[in-house]
Amino acid sequence: MNGQPPDPLSDAVMAARLFALDPLGLGGICLRGAGPVRDALLERIKADLPSDMPVRRMPGAITDDRLLGGLDISASLRAGKAVLQTGLLSETDGGVIIAPMAERLSETIAGRMGQALDWQAVQVERDGIAAELQAAIGVVLLDDGLTDEERPPAALTERLAFHCDLTGVTTLDLRDVAAEDSVSPTEVAELDEAMLKALAATALALGVRSVRPLLFAMRAARASAALADRNAVAESDLAMAARLVLAPRATQLPAEETTDAEPDDMPPPEPDDAGDSDDADAADAPPLEDMILAAAAACVPEDMLSRIGDGVHRGASQGGGAGNRHKSKLRGRPLGARPGIPRGGARLALIDTLRAAAPWQTLRREEEGEDAERKIRIRRPDLRVRRFEERAGTVTIFVVDASGSSALARLAEAKGAIELMLAQAYVKRAEVALIAFRGEGAELLLPPTRSLTRARRVLAELPGGGGTPLAAGLEAAQALGEQAVSHGRTPFLVVLTDGKANVARDGSPGRKQARADGETAARRIAATGIAGVVVDISPRAQGEAETLAAAMRAEYLPLPRADAATLHRAVDAVQQQTVAA
Amino acid sequence: MKRALLIAAVDPRIGGVMVFGDRGTGKSTAARALSALLPPMRIVEGSRFNCEPEHREDYPEELKSKRVRRVPVPFVDLPLGATEDRVVGALDLERALGKGEKAFEPGLLARAHRGFLYIDEINLLEDHLVDLLLDVAASGENLVEREGLSVRHPARFVLIGSGNPEEGELRPQLLDRFGLSVEVKTPTDIEQRMEIMRRCNAQERDAQGFAEEWQKEDAKILRQIARGQKAVDKMAVPDTVLSDAAELCVAVGADGLRGELTLMRASKALAALEGKRKVTRDHLIAVAPMALRHRLRRDVLDETGSTARIERAIDELFG
Repeated sequence: MNGQPPDPLSDAVMAARLFALDPLGLGGICLRGAGPVRDALLERIKADLPSDMPVRRMPGAITDDRLLGGLDISASLRAGKAVLQTGLLSETDGGVIIAPMAERLSETIAGRMGQALDWQAVQVERDGIAAELQAAIGVVLLDDGLTDEERPPAALTERLAFHCDLTGVTTLDLRDVAAEDSVSPTEVAELDEAMLKALAATALALGVRSVRPLLFAMRAARASAALADRNAVAESDLAMAARLVLAPRATQLPAEETTDAEPDDMPPPEPDDAGDSDDADAADAPPLEDMILAAAAACVPEDMLSRIGDGVHRGASQGGGAGNRHKSKLRGRPLGARPGIPRGGARLALIDTLRAAAPWQTLRREEEGEDAERKIRIRRPDLRVRRFEERAGTVTIFVVDASGSSALARLAEAKGAIELMLAQAYVKRAEVALIAFRGEGAELLLPPTRSLTRARRVLAELPGGGGTPLAAGLEAAQALGEQAVSHGRTPFLVVLTDGKANVARDGSPGRKQARADGETAARRIAATGIAGVVVDISPRAQGEAETLAAAMRAEYLPLPRADAATLHRAVDAVQQQTVAA
Repeated sequence: MKRALLIAAVDPRIGGVMVFGDRGTGKSTAARALSALLPPMRIVEGSRFNCEPEHREDYPEELKSKRVRRVPVPFVDLPLGATEDRVVGALDLERALGKGEKAFEPGLLARAHRGFLYIDEINLLEDHLVDLLLDVAASGENLVEREGLSVRHPARFVLIGSGNPEEGELRPQLLDRFGLSVEVKTPTDIEQRMEIMRRCNAQERDAQGFAEEWQKEDAKILRQIARGQKAVDKMAVPDTVLSDAAELCVAVGADGLRGELTLMRASKALAALEGKRKVTRDHLIAVAPMALRHRLRRDVLDETGSTARIERAIDELFG
């Protein structure tokens, strides 16, 4: 049992069976990797669930009133009193929600589902109706994400016990075990002290910081015992729980020395929990801990190390870092309507406006008197405007010339400006990205983000030096800009360069070709209609950057010694104009 | 975090607590636990606006009852997805539909008056709601104009927000509204983690028994808070502590007067909580990080965390 190599399929089958045994207690299961294997597994889960348990599929673009519930307008009008329309969450009370394409799930929806998982209830405070509805649910996420950036929102995955990755599993053999006798997980005795300690120590050694996985691991161990028709948790159950719940969330591999070396930066424990410290002696750690740890460590996903190495991700417990979430929420999904006047590009949401006006018709008719001409009385506060998530924001893409000797100074300026813009990003709902070009190519250093914490980490290590592959930089910028457009956002390019390209598109040196390539790339950007500004950072402007700006149809800003604040102000001003125009 | 919540409970004028922390650190659990620890408050019987018996004239309702009741301090959870009309209050739909009458139906803000308003995952809350909350929190009253009905009622509450810094920054205006800001981490000590597991097990096994077991502990804290609330206004602040506070704010470069004010209030509340007669430098040092860490000017070149900068300044000044 020790150090059993990871076997994604059998682990997933096991996780699926455990989940089916205690769907509400374990929160859910995230199945990554589309394909026949996952379909078979999903069928298996459905078959294993009690037959009277509601199982509902959730549409990806679900609106708040379908998810949470709200006012049932037509029923309310008929009945002459407020009638509550239930939402998917409360309708599924006691059952399981299946969410396909979970990597595209918006953070907003994930947040609402997360709250339902926490409270086992939905608090409806909507459209003049207040109610608290039971909503004990289990969730199956079907994650079709391919890249590391495409993952379901962490707010949701954190609250699901199991994360299974089926990418690359090709065998269809589910090693089907016929449903055996099993006891109910509640009949299984609770974990004893040594078992709790083994799980706690394992989580710590793997760098699992959150407490939720510990609670899930306890439940998973009991479910595992129940599955084997036992009334007590055995070592193998613990190992299985550690393997399925803790290992996928690991952010570090266990260190060689004992885990007690961890710094203890928390206040001393409450006085009452000193009761059973007899086995807390570090010197003779019981072998159980080591065994469980070994079982879990063997299953830590292979890509975990590389992800930690990137310094971008903080491990699977974060659901893959912050940036991907921002990406996945921007697929042009309608966010519903909110009160507002249709102007400044906001479109009237007709149905929602009518809905808002409907309940008040009797009242208004009495007030204003009958008027055959006016069948429906709509007033200003009824007006609703449509909102799309992507309308909310812009992506400011900094394209920074990191070449040559003065690169470091320019980079520092760009860094400063990015931080200033990020500090304001929340106000403007803007995101910032950073592409640097130098040497032979361009590199996306900071994918679009709003998180200062994350930006700082990346910016701190921004490299500089080498040639000036202007064309490569512009091409990367165009790609990112078009990606932003396809996600329904408005990109804005800020190119910081002196325009003195000396590396051609194919990576070969040579000023002439490099400049021609640069101009071609700039014209392509102009053709896409992406707005931008070229900031000339050469000490004495010689026209190259200006030509470039003209080719890009971008604003030209000569700022020989732009400091961060000036740069930020200038970009801000240009962006305001461009967006307003 | 516990200390920050207790301080805010002792002196609501401090103005809210922002809790930062990664997932699964028990932010929400701790915040929600607060409601059980607060001494009851007095309201006029039947009031839907948590009317204070002494200030009946401020409330837009005619209460016939002369009786005063003691009720638990409200702790209102603002669920994600709440619509504006339920937050600020709106016309009573039921009566508009049924009888064609205009009547105001108070919203969550009225319910939270004189108590706490908790917003989990505050960064997921929609912008226009955040603006609205800030506006009300700043003015202390809620004004609703709907269907020719104009209602104004007091809405003073302690805002408790929680969020994860990895998911994007909060804008500075919002952050500044919070008196205190704390960061929570999960315990890295095995024994403490086991204790969490044990308590969860116990709670699950016998929710009632668990609650009873902790009732005594809760009651103790409740008495402590009640004592603190009485003592805080009479708390003496020596001039030396005042000058310490001013020096510290200058040293860390905390923007605005609000920082200094909060620092003093929090120190007083902590002293009151501990049953002391006057504020000492130790109280000041204990609350400085939570009162100031979100008010520091952002220094692009300084990568050190805010808390570390404050601690450094404390060491240099008073070390």
